[in-house]
Formats: sequence, C-alpha cells, structure tokens
Amino acid sequence: MPATVIAGARLLDPATGTDAPGDVLFEDGAILDHGAGLNPPDGAEVVEAAGLCLAPGLVDLRAALGEPGAEHRETIASAAQAAAAGGITTLCALPDTDPAVDDPALVQFVLRRGAETGCITLLPYAAATKACAGQEMAEYGLLREAGAVAFTDGARAVGSARVMRLALSYARAFGAFIVQHPEEPGLAAGGAATEGELATRLGLPGIPAAAEAMLVARDIALARITGGHVHFAHVSTVAALDLIRAAKAEGLHVTCDTAPPYFDLNETAIGDWRSYAKLSPPLRPEADRSAVVAALADGTIDAIASDHQPRDADDKRLPFVQAEAGGAGLATLLAVTLARVHAGDLSLLAALDLLTARPAKLLGLPVGRLAKGAPADLVLFDPERAWQVKAGQLPGKAQNSPFDGRALEGRVVGTWKNGRRVFG
Amino acid sequence: MSFSFPILPGGHLLAIEGLEPPHIGALLELADSYALLNRSGKTQRDLLRGRTLINLFFEDSTRTRTSFELAGKRLGADVINMSVSTSSVNKGETLLDTASTLNAMHCDLLVVRHGQSGAPALLSQKVSAAVINAGDGTHEHPTQALLDALTILRRKGRLEGLVVAICGDLLHSRVARSNIHLLLTMNARVRIVGPPTLIPAEAARLGVEVFHDMRRGLEGADVVMMLRLQRERMVAGLVPSPREFFRFYGLDAEKLAVAKPDAIVMHPGPMNRGIEIDSAIADDPERSVIGEQVEMGVAVRMAVLDVLARDLRRNA
Repeated sequence: MPATVIAGARLLDPATGTDAPGDVLFEDGAILDHGAGLNPPDGAEVVEAAGLCLAPGLVDLRAALGEPGAEHRETIASAAQAAAAGGITTLCALPDTDPAVDDPALVQFVLRRGAETGCITLLPYAAATKACAGQEMAEYGLLREAGAVAFTDGARAVGSARVMRLALSYARAFGAFIVQHPEEPGLAAGGAATEGELATRLGLPGIPAAAEAMLVARDIALARITGGHVHFAHVSTVAALDLIRAAKAEGLHVTCDTAPPYFDLNETAIGDWRSYAKLSPPLRPEADRSAVVAALADGTIDAIASDHQPRDADDKRLPFVQAEAGGAGLATLLAVTLARVHAGDLSLLAALDLLTARPAKLLGLPVGRLAKGAPADLVLFDPERAWQVKAGQLPGKAQNSPFDGRALEGRVVGTWKNGRRVFG
Repeated sequence: MSFSFPILPGGHLLAIEGLEPPHIGALLELADSYALLNRSGKTQRDLLRGRTLINLFFEDSTRTRTSFELAGKRLGADVINMSVSTSSVNKGETLLDTASTLNAMHCDLLVVRHGQSGAPALLSQKVSAAVINAGDGTHEHPTQALLDALTILRRKGRLEGLVVAICGDLLHSRVARSNIHLLLTMNARVRIVGPPTLIPAEAARLGVEVFHDMRRGLEGADVVMMLRLQRERMVAGLVPSPREFFRFYGLDAEKLAVAKPDAIVMHPGPMNRGIEIDSAIADDPERSVIGEQVEMGVAVRMAVLDVLARDLRRNA
C-alpha cells in the first residue's frame, strides 16, 4: 500500500491537546508523521481535507453485537460496517450473547470474526459470571489469556454482593476490571420506565432512579474493601454520578461511562409509548440528563460509549412493556456527542477525548491518539454537515435508533483502520 | 342531534388525558340525551347503519363488552365480538397482525381492551378504523370515566367543586387514571385514598390530594369511588392480607359516615364484597349508584360511537 497523506485538515489530538491545521502521513498501517506542511513522499496518495476535522478513530467501550446467537439482529460484520460509518475503529463487544462468552474458545471466536471484518479492532469482553447468570465467577485467567479485555455480564447486573466482591477481588490478579450494569435487579424487575409522574401517566411500571445509585454505592464499598477496579456502564442519574465523583476523590479505582441517549434525550422521548426509546437503564428526567452533561464536562465520566443494543422490528413493534429495551448507537455516536459541542457544553477536544484517548487509556491500548508509530486509525469528519437520523437508512443491520428523526450536525466523511480506508 | 361537535383528537378515543372541557361537556350532554332515549325504549337504528363495529378484547370482560355491543346495536351498527385467547395475548405479532386483518375487513369502529398500556394507541397507528380504548393495562379506561361522570352529574347536577374520593388500588387502576384526568379537567376536587404501596409514584403531581387514612380522605366527600382490589396484588405482597385491607381501606358504614350525608358510592365492578366494599353499602339504594353506572355505560358508549362516526363521515 502506498503512503497516504490527509492534507489540510484541522488536526485534533486530545491526548496531546493538539488542535491545529495540518496533515497526517501514514504507511503500512502506522502513522509516519503529522503536523503542518508535511512533504509527502513521491507517489503518496493525497486526500484533500480542507475544512474537515481529522481525529484518532473512536474507541467504543460498549456494544452488543448479536453474534453469536442473535444474528437476525446484527452480525459482527454488519456491526463493523456501522462502526466504520460512525468513525469507530476499536470496539469492545459485550459477552451476554447466546451462548455467553464465558469460555476461551468463544473469546477467540469473537476475536477471529472481528479480524475478518478488516475494519475494526474488536475486543471481546468475557462474562463476569458463568453464562452471565450472576452465580459463579468465570475463568478470568484463562479468558484474559485468550484475549478478553475485561469482564462484565453485559446488560445484566451482577446482583449478588458476594459474587461481585469475589469478582473485583479475583480480577486484580489478572489486571482486569469489572464492568457493572448498575441497576439493583430486585427493584428493576418488571419495570419499563423511570418511576415518576410520566410513568404514572402512561400507566407503565416504574423503576426508581435510586436503583442505579444503590448498586453504585454498594460496588464502591466493594471496591474499597477489595482494592479492585469497578467500571460503571451507562451512568444516567445525579445520585450515581455524585457517588462516583466522591469515590474518585477518595482515590478508589472507580471509572464510568455514559451513552449518548443519557445526555441527549430525557424521558419525554418515551411519550406515546415510543418503544424505540425504551432503553436499559430507562431514559431519565431532565435533571438527570443535565447532570450527565455536567459530569462529562467536569471529568467524572471517563468515556462515552455507544451502548449499541441491536433489536429488530419484531422486538420493538410491541406494546411498550413487552417491547425489548435497547437502542442502536454505532452510527450516531460521534454526531450526537457533537451536539453537546454545538450546544456549548463541551469543547471539541474534550468531547473527542471522551471518545478516543480516555477510553483507550482505560483499556491500556496504544490507540486513540495521533502519534508517530501509532496505528493509523483515523476519522475524518465535517463538524457542521447537517443530516437527519432515519431508522431504515442507517448503516449496518440494526435500525432501532432512539434518535430516529433527530436532526444532527456533524458527519463522518472517512474512516481509516490501520491505514486502510474502510469508510467514505 | 344537530349541534356542532368538537372533533376528538386524532379521530379516536384513546384517553381522557388531552381532552378539553368542551369535549367532555359535549360528550356528556349527548350521552345524557341517549340515557333519556334508552329509558323511553326508542332506538336510533339508522345512525350507524352499514357501519361495522368490532369489539376486540384481549382481556376477559363481560360488562364492558356487552355495554359496547348494546350501544352499537341500538345505533344500528353491525357488531362483531372478537375475543383473543389469553394464551396468545403475549404474542405482539397478534396485535399488529390483527390490525391488518381488521383493515381487510373494513372495520369502521374498533373497541379495544388490552392488558398492555398503550396497545390501543399502537393499534390506532395501524388501522383505518376509529379506535376506542376500552381499557389498556394500567393506563386509561376513558368510557368508564365518562359514565362515572354522567352518573355523578345526574345525581349531583354538577361536577365543578365536588369532592370525589377515589379509594383502593390506585397503582394498577386505569379507571382511576381516567377519572382523575376527567374530574380535574372539569374542576372537581379529587382525593385518592389507599395504602402507600398501592399509590402510583408522584401521584400528587397529577393534581390530586393523597390520603393514607381513609377516614380523613372521606371527610366531607360528595362522591366515594371504590376500586377493585385484585387478588393477585395480594400475592405480589403489596398488601399483607384481605382482612387487613378491608379493616383499613374497605368501605363500610362507619367510614362512610364521615362523608357528606348525601354522598354517593360508586364502583366500576366487578366488586369484591367484603374486601373493598361491605355488602350493606353496595346494596344500599340510598347510597349506591352502582346499577345506574351500568345503565349510563350504554348511553356514554352510544355517544362516543355517534361522535366518532361523525368524524368518519367528515373524513369520508
């Protein structure tokens, strides 16, 4: 492959705080040089990028892919296509599949299927407990050797305090963290929306918002007694964020992410029983949404993940309580995040930091930055270009976007994985 | 009846929430005239002639289904009852497949009862018929609230300013939600009375006063509306036992004594005698208007069918 130079872009590298016009030159999958006025070698392919932003490829901490077991919703190949269109070059796949990824052979299967796509680095999570059933720890050592990036039961909470304690404690031996779906399962059972006035009006069984803070408080206490690293997924409430902020100040090994629906939408999106806005955890009142935005800005939240949960029409075209929770999120991850930049809540560099360098650092990966020798994983985007999210026209298989109909500004123009153009 | 009528939102009756006082007032006025007509023994069989009304019931119901059937027949509609077996209720495909079947049958008026909140609204997006919600999950039961309002109106002459206490299992009650919206829209004062485990979250934000002590809740009430307590709620552990529930939240003469001397007692039926209501009260002709509620049910449903059929004609 000849050398390529992307020329005249606005270079954005959150890892170094760079925001300046310049070029990026790469060859054989790695970045050779970056900066202003590079002299590309003879025969180099030149991509003119005036007026566009060039950033490290996005690192998505959390996506369910449907494979193995639910290929009618999404396959690893179709998810990779959607990820590339969304500028994502590194993706962590949840293990609560069918069967659950709780065996080294399954970790290797997911790795192999990811590599076959050629457009993303797919990093499998392995199950925190066997079959993601919440009872017994999985084989963290063997799973880690096979390539598991960390451990989680995906969209299921580890409900038992004893099991969670053991998991946090034992995972330390293998330098791994445990990702928790923070929702007290006894309180969440049967619920379909955040408990409150709106759920009462719609006649929907509620889940109290406190179900999140309750499990966060418990797991922070467990992190304190075990010294383990707990990571809370898709944090969505004021109370949970306050607890996490305090735990970080205390110096505990606690991290968290959130997902675009929790800072872009509030519970009113489920009005008229819109099942495409049924998520887990459920959308929250406005006060929680604005607290999530504040926690993105003040650093309490470590990363923005897509929390992609593919569902097909038959899962969603049902009365609200019967419809499955979950939203597609790969293709909209960048643009919905940019909406916070356009609104003035975050700087462009800070927003990209949450999508690149910070999740990469959490995973201990040499990606998510523009550095000589780093993999040439890049996303080129137009921060102003307007488009409208339309379910049915999204890349990939899953069309269950909670943002259906949302007008957005900011669109991916090109994505490169290891120097190869995989989108645009 | 020739007065101009405000069009119901969307050409359906899916909920009371969202209706304005003119909608409710006009519906009640029309229903009152049907009540008189029914008592006179006359019918209006030309009004819905050639129209097809389908009663689509995903949950068992005798009185609501029969009431709609009678209302439809008195107005001359062809009435068909479809009961979907409870075993297939949980298959969502059934709902939307049913919608396309109904479209193929050129159904004009569709009466739906379903165990899931929002199911009639979902159906209304897929069918060409005017949809009437006959009870959906724990959301609403709009015709029940209308018939309750008509019953009150005929007894009390007004809704505005009345104190109405709605008692029992508010959490799971679609009847209560529809009544709360209707009564507040018509400027009545609404109190809800029940144990905290059977009161919905943030109920006060609907505009009601919440009471956990039934005697205080009934004090000075003009209307006492009892709700059905389903046995399975007891199984779910929300209340410890039927006898405890009756002791503190069942309506008996002693508790009713604190309401206004001319307070009326209502129940949407079917009653659990000895659990939420004492038989002596339920059968007291001075107090109980439970029989009249059933009578007004037919009149209210005739009015609703009439109004929605006018919309059909308008749109034709």
